[in-house]
Amino acid sequence: MPAFPKKLLWVLLALAFLVPLLHPLFPDVVSDYRLFLVSTMIIAAIAVLGLNLLTGFNGQISLGHGAFYAVGAYTAAVLMDHLNMPYWATLPCAAVVCFIVGYLFGLPALRLEGHYLALATFALALAVPQILKYRWLEGLTGGVQGIVLSKPEVPFGLPLSEDQWLYYYCLIVMVVLYWAAANMLDSRSGRAMMAIRDQYMAADTMGIDTALYKTVTFGISAAYTGIAGALSASAIAFVAPDSFNIFLSIKFLIGLVVGGVGSLAGSVVGGIFYVLVDNSAQALSMFVKNDLGLQFDLSAYTVFGILLIVLMYLMPMGIVGGVYLAVRRLRALRG
Amino acid sequence: MAALLEVKGLKAFYGQTQSLYDVGFEIPDGGITTLLGANGAGKTTTLRAICNMVRTDGTIRFAGKDIAGQATEEIVRLRIAHVPEGRGTFTTLTVDENLRIAAYTRRDKAAVHADLERVFGYFPRLKERIQQQAGTLSGGEQQMLAIARALMLKPRLMLLDEPSFGLAPLIVQEIFRILRRINEDDKVSILLVEQNAALALDLATHAYVLETGRVVMSGPSSVVKNDENVRKSYLGY
Amino acid sequence: MEQFLQQIASGLANGAIYACVALALVMIYVSTDHINFAQGEMAMFSTYISWQLMTWGVSFWFAFVLAVVFSFVLGVVIERAILRPLHNAPVLSIVVVFIGLLAICNSVAGAIWSYLIKEFPSPFPKSSFGIAGVIGPHQLGVVIVTLVVLGLLFAFFRYTPLGLAMRAAAQNPQMARLVGVRVDWMLALGWGLAAAVGAVAGIMVAHIVYLDPNMMGGILLYAFASALVGGIGNPGGAVVGGFIVGVLENMVAYAGNQIEKATGIYIIGNGEKLTVALIIVITVLTVKPAGLFGRVVVKRV
Repeated sequence: MPAFPKKLLWVLLALAFLVPLLHPLFPDVVSDYRLFLVSTMIIAAIAVLGLNLLTGFNGQISLGHGAFYAVGAYTAAVLMDHLNMPYWATLPCAAVVCFIVGYLFGLPALRLEGHYLALATFALALAVPQILKYRWLEGLTGGVQGIVLSKPEVPFGLPLSEDQWLYYYCLIVMVVLYWAAANMLDSRSGRAMMAIRDQYMAADTMGIDTALYKTVTFGISAAYTGIAGALSASAIAFVAPDSFNIFLSIKFLIGLVVGGVGSLAGSVVGGIFYVLVDNSAQALSMFVKNDLGLQFDLSAYTVFGILLIVLMYLMPMGIVGGVYLAVRRLRALRG
Repeated sequence: MAALLEVKGLKAFYGQTQSLYDVGFEIPDGGITTLLGANGAGKTTTLRAICNMVRTDGTIRFAGKDIAGQATEEIVRLRIAHVPEGRGTFTTLTVDENLRIAAYTRRDKAAVHADLERVFGYFPRLKERIQQQAGTLSGGEQQMLAIARALMLKPRLMLLDEPSFGLAPLIVQEIFRILRRINEDDKVSILLVEQNAALALDLATHAYVLETGRVVMSGPSSVVKNDENVRKSYLGY
Repeated sequence: MEQFLQQIASGLANGAIYACVALALVMIYVSTDHINFAQGEMAMFSTYISWQLMTWGVSFWFAFVLAVVFSFVLGVVIERAILRPLHNAPVLSIVVVFIGLLAICNSVAGAIWSYLIKEFPSPFPKSSFGIAGVIGPHQLGVVIVTLVVLGLLFAFFRYTPLGLAMRAAAQNPQMARLVGVRVDWMLALGWGLAAAVGAVAGIMVAHIVYLDPNMMGGILLYAFASALVGGIGNPGGAVVGGFIVGVLENMVAYAGNQIEKATGIYIIGNGEKLTVALIIVITVLTVKPAGLFGRVVVKRV
């Protein structure tokens, strides 16, 4: 899919930076809670972006990116809790650790394709919560109880609330990561990555070192999602093993597919989407149970599941892909 | 005598590539017809088209009924048996199972049993190897199994794609002898695609010559056999 | 010694469950080349159906049969309505659809029956008959029921015309069409049978692991390990793999417990069972993808 129009990106970015400044005017709309929510959406976008790099742009299916998110989150948590590292320094550390973990997973993954790679990553995702509860790691990880952290402090005495600062922090990280990814994809390396996805055998014979690209892409993809995990550790100020279960990986997959496989902008849309639906579903579930009195534990996953299936039929290129096609058709009509 | 199989203006496509442009022929009920042509002329595609294994356009009528576009398995259930290129034996099933699966669609159990005996009469070697895995049979035996299996469908029309391929001359002779018997005794019409033009023209009553997806010559095999172009291109003299 | 035998017996009982789920996975893989990631959740859903029937007063075995029939129908419907139309779609699309099915089954079960863990009855009498003290009645019952179901399936595929048609359709779909077999329906029936076998596993295991929407997650992981150990293309191998993995799982935990008792050092125990399964999965996939009994499929250019 061609890149999102740059002008539009700049406009959206400018708007994003200006939004918290509207707080004095619309204190209830641009509330701290809402900004926190949007921060989680940005974090989700980064996580999905990581997955997209591997699956959308390089063709390696991963159902287990929750594992890298967990590694990133725990790396950050352990560094902050045991070594008192400042929150912003945990990001590069998490990136490095996750890159290594991703690269190491990418090595055996070289032999696996399609269903088999999906299977291996699915197995990884299923085992993650248990791995995190391993007794020997309890000293570090805090076991089942997890680790309690504190939210990032507002720096330089800026006149912002904690949630407002969190919002800017996440936004800046995402912009940097998005820009880096866009540049990487636009380069020779990026084209090689995509060649591996599209025409694997041809790429091999063209002299592209497919093994190197695949493993490094795995590493980079894990690093991105790991950074998202590290951010979430700060944002939520808490990590515990059971939040990193298979459903986390499923959420990333939903973001990937709904937003657009092989589209950076789609990753952002996808991340925003799944957080939005997840929260709305929780609200709806509360409403049904408390206000309507019906004993149904509604969850977003029913919607997600139906959406995943329907999208494969109607819009396999996701929302961004669908919009792109619609725009193209409109242009063709205009002549 | 009405034609058993009528094909008019047949086009066939593999994906976007067109393979047949305008093929037309008729197979008389009870006769043996052969399709000749060089590699790539479209002979195998024609057989596949009859069974709707490729995308087609045009008219295909079997026993007066329009069959173009119907699902392969439904066409087969009208009693057209296709023995494909490469035999298509179920290699992990036994000889017995290969034969029984062909009788899967038949309701007449007693007749199935009688047909099994008849088939073993034609191919006694298969009876000897009845519990053997089909994949371990020799090339000739697999071809016999493929034909035997086709017979178990109790076909009115048998489509054969290169039955002589890769087989020793003696075995090929035996097989062709049996094909003649099948045609005469069991009243099975045959459409034969063959590289070995001499053998085919010997067996068949009618012949069609295909070139790049079109019929360029047709007629009784005695006439086609003596045509100068055919002699030069396919008979080697 | 007695404890050791108990571990083996319990390993066999678990192995019976894994064998069923692994067999279901392999049946679908052999006929469609897809891995059914939703297998566990489908089995769980059928188990809830049987539980619901029992709360409405239906006897255990009658509910068992009804639930198994229900899951057979569900499997056929899913294959025909959702999967068949996508059979030419790219692998990612198909994997996504399976995950979608997983999500739907899990969330709908949670919505209807809540996430509270429930007790599930055992149809086998309480006294520890059979091999006294070593194997419990439910465990023995699980192994027997599993072996009966597997035996029936084997007989079906080996000796009936329909079973033969399904085997032919899985082995060579195009040739099967050329002998008149309605291959599309054979695939759907295969799905139905796989779903039914999964339901058997779910209903048998619910008494041991308690009924809750997330009960099959770990079991599915073990079933993957079993299918891979046996050879993902080999149904018999899946069954053998299930029993091997079941016993192995218990042996590893038992060994870990003994080491901890003897030396006070905890290396591995019951809490690491999923990790062990993961290691088995990754190891088999990278070292010997054909498993014990399977054949490696060469990729055609």
